[in-house]
Amino acid sequence: MLSRLLSIALVLVLAPLLPGVATRTRGLLTGRRGSPVHQLYLDLWKLMRRGIVYSATTTFIFRLAPVVVAATVVVAALLLPLDGHAGLLRFSGDVLAFAYLLALGRFLLVLGAVDTGSSFEGMGASREVAFASLVELGFFFAVATLGVATRELSLSGMLGLGSGEPMPLAGPSLAMVAAGLFALLLAECARVPVDDPATHLELTMIHEVMILDHSGPDLALLLYAGAVKFALFGALVVILIVPRSGVPLVLWLAILTIGLLGVGVAVGMVESATARLRLSRVPLYLAGAAALAGFGLVLVVS
Amino acid sequence: MRSIAEILLLLVVLMDFAVLGTSRLSACIRAVAVQGVLLGSLSLALEGGLSLHAGVLAAGTIGVKAILLPWFLRWAIREASVRREVEPLVGYMASFLLGAAALVVSFAVAARLPSTGGTGLLVPVALVTVMIGLIVLITRTKALSQVLGYLMLENGIYLFGLTQARRVPFLVEAGVLLDVFVGVFVMGIVVFHINREFDSISALKLTELKES
Repeated sequence: MLSRLLSIALVLVLAPLLPGVATRTRGLLTGRRGSPVHQLYLDLWKLMRRGIVYSATTTFIFRLAPVVVAATVVVAALLLPLDGHAGLLRFSGDVLAFAYLLALGRFLLVLGAVDTGSSFEGMGASREVAFASLVELGFFFAVATLGVATRELSLSGMLGLGSGEPMPLAGPSLAMVAAGLFALLLAECARVPVDDPATHLELTMIHEVMILDHSGPDLALLLYAGAVKFALFGALVVILIVPRSGVPLVLWLAILTIGLLGVGVAVGMVESATARLRLSRVPLYLAGAAALAGFGLVLVVS
Repeated sequence: MRSIAEILLLLVVLMDFAVLGTSRLSACIRAVAVQGVLLGSLSLALEGGLSLHAGVLAAGTIGVKAILLPWFLRWAIREASVRREVEPLVGYMASFLLGAAALVVSFAVAARLPSTGGTGLLVPVALVTVMIGLIVLITRTKALSQVLGYLMLENGIYLFGLTQARRVPFLVEAGVLLDVFVGVFVMGIVVFHINREFDSISALKLTELKES
């Protein structure tokens, strides 16, 4: 129990560091210094002390959105076996709960964006939803691969060592699923090949444009939720590829920390190496990610 | 050695999909070249040790498929000054999905075939590569992409050949390599001349008659 609470606390505290690590890596690799690694902590602190401005056209949905987004992400964190064994909550089929908690958060975020009546936000919302439907496909392929390989329906069973058996996945299909999940992470967390967190042009934004009208603590909640989502997908990849039979808790927490920072560095490297895809090419990218995970499924089934 | 061979085979499939998903011809050529390297190393990985037969086969495969032909094809796109496949008959997304379907079908079919040695992945991967080669050959309009499709098709057949690598005499394999080389060479020259004659290497225009 203690280990679960500790690992969840670690992820929740560490989360705002990851976008900073990614941005810093990108900066260093492209020959700039980049903002400090802990920039997001500073931003969150600054935003929490500010007042909120609500547009007169918005309704209660706009105020509800940040709270729901942050809440769903944190509840989703409880489902993941972050300590390598079992999540704080676990039940058969909690993968679906995980996927649709994130989807619920996105739904409210999109409603909030549309609620402002801004056409830019509407465009961002429509793109977000269109791409999310493909991300979901890939995610379920990945989960199905794990489910078939372990004959389990809960995230703790698939990823943790609940039954005491080592994961019977063959290496290659595991690698496919991990690569697919990493590609999905980039899309889900609005990173470069799909979306550019550093862009300043509303026309081309996806995620950024939807949170334009939020301010103060609301914006802080959204930024924090985004960082936690990043950390969750990162943890998913780390738990998937790091073997951990009989690793003591402290060592595991260290591994998780290093793994998460490693994911941040990897995202930064991808961001500095590739340009953002044209919007019409994004579905192909996401289909590629889904195909990777689906390939893993084919390998496991055959 | 077996797990290395499996990873190589999976990379071969990923290269197939890379060709299906990219429009830039130079990137496609690079993917096919990487596939050539993978095939060459595969014959070593499957053999399990360094034998003269496997070594020469690997060197020949890498030399022809990863160095000579890509170099030649790069020369061809430079001469014809085409950079990308503009309008494939079937869109990238659709051909990607076709490829995914081919993947599932070939794994399903391969499970019913009698096993022939090598790893269990060899036959399905060979089937996928042949099918995706066919898809590229059929759906792309630039003559050069069609050459690439032909090369992938041949790579698939080579993979089938690897299941029998111990039994096929070296001379036959060398002959096949030579055939491929000559075939691609001729096609490259033809592409060059088509380009000079029609100012385009779209295969769709080959039905037009032109007197000069």
